[in-house]
Amino acid sequence: MNKTKLIEILGRTADVIEENKLYLTELDTEIGDGDHGINMARGFAAVKEKLSGYEEMSCGAIFIDVGKMFIKVVAGSSGPLYGSAFKVIGKTVGDSEEVTYIQFVEGFEKGIAKIQALGMAKEGEKTMIDAMLPALREMQKADIAADGIKNAVAAAEKAVEHTKEIIATKGRASYVGERSIGHQDPGATSFYIMLKVLSEAL
Amino acid sequence: MKKIINDVTRVEEEMISGLIKANPDKLERIENELIVVRRDRKKDKVAIVSGGGSGHEPAHAGYVGYGMLDAAVAGAVYTSPSVDVISEGIRAVENGKGTLLIVKNYTGDVINFNMAAEEVEDEDDIKTMKVVVGDDVAVENSTWTAGRRGVAGTIFVHKIAGAMAENGAELEEVAAVAQKVIDNVRTMGMAINPCIVPAAGIPGFTLGDDEMEIGIGIHGEPGVRREKLRSADDIVDELLEKILSDIDYTGSEVAVMVNGCGGTPLMELYIAFGRVADVLKEKNIKIYRSFVGNFMTSIEMEGFSITLLRLDEQLKTLLDAPADTPAFKN
Repeated sequence: MNKTKLIEILGRTADVIEENKLYLTELDTEIGDGDHGINMARGFAAVKEKLSGYEEMSCGAIFIDVGKMFIKVVAGSSGPLYGSAFKVIGKTVGDSEEVTYIQFVEGFEKGIAKIQALGMAKEGEKTMIDAMLPALREMQKADIAADGIKNAVAAAEKAVEHTKEIIATKGRASYVGERSIGHQDPGATSFYIMLKVLSEAL
Repeated sequence: MKKIINDVTRVEEEMISGLIKANPDKLERIENELIVVRRDRKKDKVAIVSGGGSGHEPAHAGYVGYGMLDAAVAGAVYTSPSVDVISEGIRAVENGKGTLLIVKNYTGDVINFNMAAEEVEDEDDIKTMKVVVGDDVAVENSTWTAGRRGVAGTIFVHKIAGAMAENGAELEEVAAVAQKVIDNVRTMGMAINPCIVPAAGIPGFTLGDDEMEIGIGIHGEPGVRREKLRSADDIVDELLEKILSDIDYTGSEVAVMVNGCGGTPLMELYIAFGRVADVLKEKNIKIYRSFVGNFMTSIEMEGFSITLLRLDEQLKTLLDAPADTPAFKN
């Protein structure tokens, strides 16, 4: 993936998150505090405004800047979680004009580890991690991006569906306990949406 | 959605701006940020910084001032402030004696305050300590949950830690007394009508005319259980039972707070308090001081919470110490 493609994907993701703002917010309203869509859209709107400036930056620097924007503009819990992960991907990619599949998968793995460390969440607690880890495992199995990302999207989609059956034990949905059953996790869903945009663009 | 606002995207901004204009001699604002700091900052005093999402007014900016907080950092409604904003708030009031961060136990708040504490230590060599408030007994406290939420009991932490800091105590001592409050304070709440986050435009849950949510938090999220609405006395009994089964306050002296969620008439809060006083008397729990009003709200939610804080001589003295903030005066 070269820089032009990366910038195009970021722009496209911003549009798709904006389109799904209400959907994500509704999911969050059922079991959380009803702001996930609003917060994610605010973050990507800020990223979109910076896209033209990204032409002059390396791919690693772009990821790091997206991470900083999330930490600053989104805040809440999704902001520092997604933001720190973007920063870790950026550091892994480094000062380069393109992102290789190997770099991306390595960065993604480290990014998930960072999210887990910050949020103290493991798989099966009804969080974004539940969609990320199955996606990562599919990516690690494949040698080329086209296959890996496609399979990762399918795994994430299944995982998002599965979050309906899980009782939330981390994050704000944990406060409603058993009442979280039957509801899909908004964080896992926003991750799936982003991954799907990536897959369609490749 | 029906609200007295100008622009849904400027609610937090205009609220802070209005608060400053109402208290121009006591409060000031860090330019362009949702950070409120007190004007009469002392040298040689441990600084106290708290905050969280907006929508809990008067928490937290209303508790900035003499004897309580040095700075309050706010985020969007129900959203933790960002690392940058928290760091900026800490830098604004730090004066060499260290800073105590009072954080309500929510994943977002804890992550952002932790990252900010790391940042100011690395970049500015500022020493911070952190206490995490989790007084809500509606949520089980175990490794299987994100832990208990910080709710109205946080105000007692602000008051008592603030008084300790004002007396010139060291950072470790201020943190220790804050932790002592946290260990002895418990809260349980309920609601009969939800609230609407302005940017969302829809309520966090909907209730029938004869329904109530027991065990609600302060973010318009659903509670742990939905029940048929009962009398004020019955509701108070249920909330108190849950609190008293967590800490046995029998024979203790306590501070009591009956806290409105924002849309509850004082009339109803006093009705509830009347029953609280009767039950506590029956159970040989002595009320030392009572607080009835809107201290930690959830925008316009209709409901209330009961908070009990077990007091010893030290906590009594600190609770009674002078305070001069927009929302709490002694």
